[in-house]
Amino acid sequence: VNMAQILAPSVQWQMRITKNSSYSTDASSMSSKMWSSLFLKQSKKLTARSSAKYRLLAVKSEHGTINRMEDLLNLDVTPYTDKIIAEYIWIGGTGIDVRSKSRTISKPVEHPSELPKWNYDGSSTGQAPGEDSEVILYPQAIFKDPFRGGNNILVICDAYTPAGEPIPTNKRHKAAQIFSDAKVVAEVPWYGIEQEYTLLQTDVKWPLGWPVGGYPGPQGPYYCAAGADKSFGRDISDAHYKACLYAGINISGTNGEVMPGQWEFQVGPSVGIEAGDHIWCARYLLERITEQAGVVLTLDPKPIEGDWNGAGCHTNYSTKSMRAEGGFEVIKKAILNMSLRHKEHISAYGEGNERRLTGKHETASINTFSWGVANRGCSIRVGRDTEKEGKGYLEDRRPASNMDPYVVTALLAETTLLWEPTLEAEALAAQKLAMKV
Amino acid sequence: MSLLTDLINLNLSDTTEKIIAEYIWIGGSGMDLRSKARTLSGPVSDPSKLPKWNYDGSSTGQAPGEDSEVILYPQAIFKDPFRRGSNILVICDAYTPAGEPIPTNKRAAAAKIFSHPKVVAEVPWYGLEQEYTLLKKDVHWPLGWPTGGFPGPQGPYYCGIGADKAFGRDIVDSHYKACLYAGVNISGINGEVMPGQWEFQVGPSVGISAGDELWVARYILERITEIAGVVVSFDPKPIPGDWNGAGCHTNYSTKSMRNPGGYEIIKKAIDKLGLRHKEHIAAYGEGNERRLTGRHETADINTFLWGVANRGASIRVGRDTEKEGKGYFEDRRPASNMDPYVVTSMVAETTILL
Repeated sequence: VNMAQILAPSVQWQMRITKNSSYSTDASSMSSKMWSSLFLKQSKKLTARSSAKYRLLAVKSEHGTINRMEDLLNLDVTPYTDKIIAEYIWIGGTGIDVRSKSRTISKPVEHPSELPKWNYDGSSTGQAPGEDSEVILYPQAIFKDPFRGGNNILVICDAYTPAGEPIPTNKRHKAAQIFSDAKVVAEVPWYGIEQEYTLLQTDVKWPLGWPVGGYPGPQGPYYCAAGADKSFGRDISDAHYKACLYAGINISGTNGEVMPGQWEFQVGPSVGIEAGDHIWCARYLLERITEQAGVVLTLDPKPIEGDWNGAGCHTNYSTKSMRAEGGFEVIKKAILNMSLRHKEHISAYGEGNERRLTGKHETASINTFSWGVANRGCSIRVGRDTEKEGKGYLEDRRPASNMDPYVVTALLAETTLLWEPTLEAEALAAQKLAMKV
Repeated sequence: MSLLTDLINLNLSDTTEKIIAEYIWIGGSGMDLRSKARTLSGPVSDPSKLPKWNYDGSSTGQAPGEDSEVILYPQAIFKDPFRRGSNILVICDAYTPAGEPIPTNKRAAAAKIFSHPKVVAEVPWYGLEQEYTLLKKDVHWPLGWPTGGFPGPQGPYYCGIGADKAFGRDIVDSHYKACLYAGVNISGINGEVMPGQWEFQVGPSVGISAGDELWVARYILERITEIAGVVVSFDPKPIPGDWNGAGCHTNYSTKSMRNPGGYEIIKKAIDKLGLRHKEHIAAYGEGNERRLTGRHETADINTFLWGVANRGASIRVGRDTEKEGKGYFEDRRPASNMDPYVVTSMVAETTILL
């Protein structure tokens, strides 16, 4: 994907970024309020009592009479009550399953700190034993609900024990700590995350558009293509795009992928912990949409064995120093650090990635660390623009589609900003990578 | 088609003062809801201003054919989410022409308990968690399950999303908004552990209104599944085997329990409930013995057990309540087909009056 169009953010983003904010809820209240007011800027135009013209086509009528359920789903309750519905969203026991349930809140809110903590049955998600089953949800980020409209919201949460400790599957907590480190805050880390995913037919779990019991023609015609024989499921990708924009997610683009039935969307540039929050909310919206469409979503990194592309979650990354004059040297130093921690990163980059990182199909082999300009067969790719201008960003192509963005973004920041190799290790690596540092 | 839609959605308030009132009552099985509609000359917001009515009790198993009139006393008004405008839903209970509550009328006895001065003083709050299962219409097999087979085992479905994990969300979501519109104190919803099973919660409601609100929420739910062409089941164990049952956990607190020192009151109340376990179980829903097995997050029907954060207990007390020394507790024994008038008044009676 071409990140050039998003390298220069709009004025709004620049305004927010220069205020030097970190985005966990234990950040200064001023920066957090600024952030949240940016996302809910759209809703400021609506007072609590307005009824916006909002329409979502949600239900297919089965039996030929008029379907009054659609009216109820589209019902704008704002003229009748101040109450809003908040859908609390969290990550379940496998680390990739998303769960949610909703509750009524007495009036519209703008900031996660205004929302109550909640709890859920951790014994039903593999996160707690039955005799001590309560897991506590801490609201962390708010988005507008594109399914319910009005002032209703989606709330990204993370999970804690009743004693206040993050549970083992809670990866956000540690990431938030890394992103509040003064060194990291000062470098304003930006992330552009390219989420690939595959759509499957429901009953057979075979990719959408593929003949059941068989295969489509080989890869070649499908990447960014149009046509009933080349593009399968565009409505899902398009509906998801608008839903994300409505919700306040920083979605920057979409495209059809190399393998038929596979798609990609990109979120960014996001600063710090937001990258994770936005990707998880985008994944939630995607699976709610595929649910409506009667299609199954998979984030498996190699859904079909053989001569078919896998699915990744390439992570584009830059810091303030990389974006400034002389940034290319900073980028090379970062790549050097990453080369010395290849194993640590790979083990955190998604389950099953070894089936995908084979060295073929636009990947680098999982055991090899490599980098190159414009080289899609490398672990790290640097764009030609960046090389030419001497500043910019890098693309880590190793993460799988089922990676946890909190883990990956925090690890990139940690390895490149907080971790230092020994001088000998650094010199050896520089030699290996043919870099002058 | 479009003419029918226009007519159904006609907004009458421009042409007439008249409104439509849908009178709702509970039929002879104690679980079947019935309703019929009548025109009223103008908008009404006070149930005592609504006329009494009557229905054919011999057609609902509630009266003999030779003396079939059963009288409906309006008790609670809600806005009608299907007809909208100023039209209303009216929750009623049933009496003989002589003015006696008929045997299936559980509301009358509950109302007596809730008007007892000791109970009034304690301001009892209820949060009712209604679980239910959606079934495909012609085969009566759960929605989303392959006909003639079973889905993958429980695990991925609780609060799950995705076409392979959540079946029937549109019903649940339209029910949520319809209840908010109607004025029901609906506090949340979630997908349940068994696929095709869902839950909504009503509360906190005070005294008799808990029962009124749950019954109208059940009515709205069944009207919506009717539209969707799907069957709603309140059976407590719709599928035998390694599949969760459906309950109606009842959260309860009194003024004393919500105040400092409330935790001791809660423990005393739980002890009183323990002494009347059999009486409560007998009133907590038909078929509950198929559900309360000691597995699938239930306590065995013959055992009375309570614990903090323990979902395998009869009564569960939340960690918050234990920590703050005050709060509420959850009676996990009632089945999904319980009568909320019976359960709420019995809990009040056992813990406050005995």
